[in-house]
Amino acid sequence: MLEISGLVKRYPSGPQALRGVDLTVKTGELVALIGTSGAGKSTLVRCINRLVEPTEGKIRLDGTELTALDHRELRHARRNMGMIFQEYALVDRLSVMENVLSGRLGYVGVWKSAMRRFPPEDVRRALELLERVGLREYVDTRADQLSGGQRQRVGIARALEQQPALLLVDEPTSSLDPKTARQIMRLIVELVKERGLSMLINIHDVNLATMFTERIVGLQDGKIVFEGTPEELNEEALTKIYGEEDWHAESRSAQAETADNGNGEKSDEHVPLNTAEPGR
Amino acid sequence: MSDHVNAEQLWSKPPVIENRWLRWGITLVVLVYAFFAIRSFEIDIPRIIIGLDRGYDMLLAFLRPDFVARQTHIVRGVLESVAMTATATLLGGILSIPLSFGAARNLSPLPVYLVCRSILMIVRSLHVVVLAILFVVMVGFGPFAGAVTLGFNSIGFLGKLLAEDIENTNEESMEAVRATGGSWLQVVIYAVWPQVVTRFIGLSIYRLDINFRQSTVIGLVGAGGIGAVLDTAMGRYDYNTAAAILIVIIAIVLAGEYVSSSIRRRLT
Repeated sequence: MLEISGLVKRYPSGPQALRGVDLTVKTGELVALIGTSGAGKSTLVRCINRLVEPTEGKIRLDGTELTALDHRELRHARRNMGMIFQEYALVDRLSVMENVLSGRLGYVGVWKSAMRRFPPEDVRRALELLERVGLREYVDTRADQLSGGQRQRVGIARALEQQPALLLVDEPTSSLDPKTARQIMRLIVELVKERGLSMLINIHDVNLATMFTERIVGLQDGKIVFEGTPEELNEEALTKIYGEEDWHAESRSAQAETADNGNGEKSDEHVPLNTAEPGR
Repeated sequence: MSDHVNAEQLWSKPPVIENRWLRWGITLVVLVYAFFAIRSFEIDIPRIIIGLDRGYDMLLAFLRPDFVARQTHIVRGVLESVAMTATATLLGGILSIPLSFGAARNLSPLPVYLVCRSILMIVRSLHVVVLAILFVVMVGFGPFAGAVTLGFNSIGFLGKLLAEDIENTNEESMEAVRATGGSWLQVVIYAVWPQVVTRFIGLSIYRLDINFRQSTVIGLVGAGGIGAVLDTAMGRYDYNTAAAILIVIIAIVLAGEYVSSSIRRRLT
């Protein structure tokens, strides 16, 4: 369980990014953060694993107070938090396997990791994950040879290779085409659900948010202005989060998508993964 | 536009210096200084005439290079230069790596950064010939002084360029490795090094090239190698041998440049 209270982030230059955020993600819960760019979504996600240092407030993960940890303890705590990035954040010149195995760096010593000598169970898990995301035959391909969707699959495998309790996801689909974006979201959500992880996902696509998550949190100018189920995300709520606009299409599709999700949309989703996008 | 003479000029390029007095003033100062500077050289016309003769002799000798008379010296000189070049590049390369990580602002805290940057700056500010004179005094004549000189020079070159490359690495990849719980050293090994290693190899091969060329120059001030053999030949007015040495140097430099650029092109 992730509990955030009174979280404030002030960057040395520029305005206050977060102005007192309180948010709880229960174990096994999938929460989407939506809001305009600059609303503080990315900062909020990065404050949790302290890639960005919070200015004030408390963040507790399964009882551990993350903001109080020293450097060494923080590295330990980070092993429990997997992260998926917008631009994939792979190391281009490393192979797919090396990128996935880098998820274990918190557990393996410097020398062994430098020599690529990972424990057999780590390698086995990595192979299983690559099989699962449909990249088994790309094990030794260099990451920069893959297409955008394939690269994000490697990013997913790396995050899960950590065996985290919490998955932090930062705009996973905004560099992808709409079809690939849906496949990637579906894959992430499936993996999270079957492993019983918690997930906090920051996503600007309202349709994807309502399709795939159970709770929506709207952030505006560093404050939470909406919290509710996808069904509750009506035109009024959207206006509160994003400002005046014609929200007719979004709010209608939100209701339709959530209704849809109930009757077995998932069933046909394993198949297209390997064949979806061939390498460039 | 038929009437050139009376055509009204609508536009002309504005002068670089707007103020007309300043513009002509600067021109005048430059010309006057050039006049007096040339006057100060005490040009000795009879000496130039003798010199032209000598230059003509030298030119003739260069048309008849003599590879044979001092063959063993030439071969030994080349081998010395190659040995100097290789050891200098290897040592310089190895030593430049930690310095470059220290001199990259995105990896190192400010004090470490400043120390490493200063070391690189000082090393780079000394010209290779000045360094050579210094090391010849310190360790004596010969190729060892040359190897140390070139090694030192390589550290400055490789260290600075590698540091700049490290500062340009993808920040998100570093974040990703940090987010898994990796240590500073693991971030360097997994996220930074793979991004700069091919560039480092390319720079080292390029440096190998430069080091050989410079080994011929520093030989003239006593740091061994083929340059020393060339210096001796010139001192003895043995222009035929000198010509042979120059041809050997040019051939090796061209071959080295070809090989190094074709290898570097293949690195991705």
